[in-house]
Amino acid sequence: MTMNPISSRLEQVTKAEQAETNGGVSRRNFLRSAALIGGGLVIGFRLAPKLAAAEPAATGANLAPNAFLRVAPSGAVTILAKHSEMGQGVYTSIAMCVAEELDADWAKIVVEAAPAAPVFAHTAFGLQMTGGSTSTWESYEQMRKAGATARAMLVQAAAQKFGAPVATLRTENGAVIAGDGRRATYGELAEAAAKLTPPTEVNLKDASQFKLLGKPTKRIDSRDKVTGRGVFGLDVNVPGALTALVARPPVFGGKVTSFDATAAKKIKGVKNVVAVPSGIAVLADGVWAAKQGREALKIEWDLGALATLDTAKQGAEYAALAQKPGATARKDGDAGAALAAAATKIEATFDFPYLAHAAMEPLTATAHVRAEGVEIWAPTQFQGVDVMNAAQAAGTTPDKVTIHTTLLGGGFGRKANPTSDFIVEAVHVSKAAGGVPVRVVWTREDDMRGGFYRPRTVVTAKVGVDGAGKLVAWENHIVNQSIIKGTAFEPMMFKDNVDATQVEGLADLPYAVPNVRVDYHVAPVGVPVLWWRSVGHSFSAFVKETLIDDAARAAKQDPIDYRISLLAGHPRQVAMLKLLREKSNWGKVPQGRAQGVAIHESFGSIVAQVAEISVGAGGAITVHKVTAVVDCGTAVNPAGVRAQIMSAVVYGMSAALLGQITFKDGQPEQSNFHDYAVTRIAEAPVVETHIIDSGAKMGGIGEPGTPPIAPAIGNAILAATGKRLRTLPFKLA
Amino acid sequence: MKLTINGKSVEVQSAADTPLLWVLRDELGMTGTKFGCGMGLCGACTVHLGGEAVRSCQTPVGEAAGKAITTIEGLAKGAQLHPVQQAWIDQDVVQCGYCQSGQVMAAAALLAKNAKPDDAQIDEAMAGNICRCGTYERIRAGVHHAAELAAAGGAKGGK
Repeated sequence: MTMNPISSRLEQVTKAEQAETNGGVSRRNFLRSAALIGGGLVIGFRLAPKLAAAEPAATGANLAPNAFLRVAPSGAVTILAKHSEMGQGVYTSIAMCVAEELDADWAKIVVEAAPAAPVFAHTAFGLQMTGGSTSTWESYEQMRKAGATARAMLVQAAAQKFGAPVATLRTENGAVIAGDGRRATYGELAEAAAKLTPPTEVNLKDASQFKLLGKPTKRIDSRDKVTGRGVFGLDVNVPGALTALVARPPVFGGKVTSFDATAAKKIKGVKNVVAVPSGIAVLADGVWAAKQGREALKIEWDLGALATLDTAKQGAEYAALAQKPGATARKDGDAGAALAAAATKIEATFDFPYLAHAAMEPLTATAHVRAEGVEIWAPTQFQGVDVMNAAQAAGTTPDKVTIHTTLLGGGFGRKANPTSDFIVEAVHVSKAAGGVPVRVVWTREDDMRGGFYRPRTVVTAKVGVDGAGKLVAWENHIVNQSIIKGTAFEPMMFKDNVDATQVEGLADLPYAVPNVRVDYHVAPVGVPVLWWRSVGHSFSAFVKETLIDDAARAAKQDPIDYRISLLAGHPRQVAMLKLLREKSNWGKVPQGRAQGVAIHESFGSIVAQVAEISVGAGGAITVHKVTAVVDCGTAVNPAGVRAQIMSAVVYGMSAALLGQITFKDGQPEQSNFHDYAVTRIAEAPVVETHIIDSGAKMGGIGEPGTPPIAPAIGNAILAATGKRLRTLPFKLA
Repeated sequence: MKLTINGKSVEVQSAADTPLLWVLRDELGMTGTKFGCGMGLCGACTVHLGGEAVRSCQTPVGEAAGKAITTIEGLAKGAQLHPVQQAWIDQDVVQCGYCQSGQVMAAAALLAKNAKPDDAQIDEAMAGNICRCGTYERIRAGVHHAAELAAAGGAKGGK
């Protein structure tokens, strides 16, 4: 086999090896030293000079004032990103934070994925992870301090070089400048600065001095992504690695009873077939051979308890469960009595399907299990959890697990898995194959039928409105599989039989209602379920925002006015609705179009949207325009905020109009983009986003744009057709 | 068999019915072309074959022999990016970026045939390329911008 033209994979591996040694400390050594200091926030952690000096391939003295960045004699500033880049733009926003305080030359910044290590733990959750729309706010100060620390050391080094007091020096665009005009670049100062002790206290800039933060800033990773150079999980090529596809049970919870690999092993390129806990793995020299090998396997399955799972039957079971008293998620006053006395009652049942995340990059992980440790290359959101699960699977300890995080071709929550399913499986395959490095590739079908869906959810509702149009009673029963119960997160997030992630958005109903009851019912089903972009808000916002629209109609009030009248305690939401009314040309739509509004708070931010739609022949729903108002407190990168709102709108409308995983005879009925359709370019609306810089506590932005879009479209459908759709995805015909 | 990829002649060993995608990625290590669905439904694997945008996951390598194959790695002329690549950077199009090799290749093929497409023509030409990050509006803007760059004498359109 020739390897010409030059393998870009080999180039990448070489580049990665160089990167490992450039800093004067290999990633592995760094991991070891970082692991010694334990979890939590570490600013000013300095690499031991002896360790750095011991690196034979060190090319120069880099300033490494803390775990998060190093400044090379070339002037390159390398930021080690503890967060996974999955499209949300976190590499750009953390680089902005560091560069702002460092006064760095933006063109010289390189962002690399940090290894898995306790020093990179989430400052609020204590585990290295990317999720919950938390990255920017949780690392905002940490990254700024990291930059400010490096700056202070570079200024100190310049003071020594120039023989000038620190106070007479200023920094700009990657250089220290003296009062008399003398100038030294950060690269020139790096070696001297590296010999200094990092300061324990640094001053951060006042917001009025910001040059980058709060300014729309273009992504830092575009060039790699438009030239094909970015390395995603599937692009990893560890020398000597085999590619594996795994035959998994067709029904969740199924097991292999017997298998025959004779025919599979005869396929050219197939190297090995091994049994692992999740199924039978076919190892080959590439995907195509592995796929053919897998097709040639003969496997007998014990399908297990879910072999009769059926979507229609499940819906009936959930509806019955909703009629029984559940666990109390919220109880104010007496909703039952208030309902009985209400002038108008709205009763409704909502049905939300299982949803696949369907990221563009199917799942994958590469693992190499050796006696000395486990090395993993993966597009993961959950390094802090993965090291523990991988260690357990390999029969070793977490400190022996190294994770190289690649770029993620989308995540949406699927790649933050409490069981680390795709990583653990790769560990098992490498181990079962005798310790060869193995890249496990999931086909689209594997990914879509691989579970960990947004849970199928039934919600019932009873809402009471009095004769004056006031909301007097609100009752919901939420039935679904808990995503938390049975995971390591249960002690924190599942209390008194309530899954906090599945009642969010309703248990904290913001509208002024004196009598509220929200009950939660765990459905013991066994389909693997997980957080899906915006988690419980992905359905609770729909329940809340369509019901409030129905109540507004019952009260014969404008939907925006009605919301405002019930949000006296929520001035940010009121301000947003007023701006949205103006920006969306509320009530002034062209002939043939209709509008719907929704507002929802999630992950510390609030997003309000007006969807402008039309309904065509055969009930075809077209979303023409979405006007959004967002208040995330402070927008670090307004360009990133706009991109994420647009992204969340498209993702949410794709689910609302098209998305569903259904089951028949225990098997998911969908497998690829022909039967799990997603929004395409011609269907994508114009999204106009207005950012309110309220100065409130900084919230998230990856998810909060998703919850309002389905109810905004649903309310617009009602306005256009008079039909209230409460089963998703929407079907009008 | 011999392939011509990005102007270079390459000898490959894969069987003729192997999809071009896997020859590029697994035999040649050219991972810029992405795997998304394996059914020609998502466009992540788009390359140019004789100047036409094709789904490499649906193209047996035997059919590609003797034709000029251009992949994302060969779209730029040295350090000079293709106008579509430059436009994508200028318009901040990408998010996760996984689909963007295919989007860029589809857009480049469109512009090679139609120097100034309108929105409807863009939507039609890009209909086969899914983006789960929802960058579609910026993709449209990117194509328009690329058309301007090309018209203003930027790098020549790729084949």
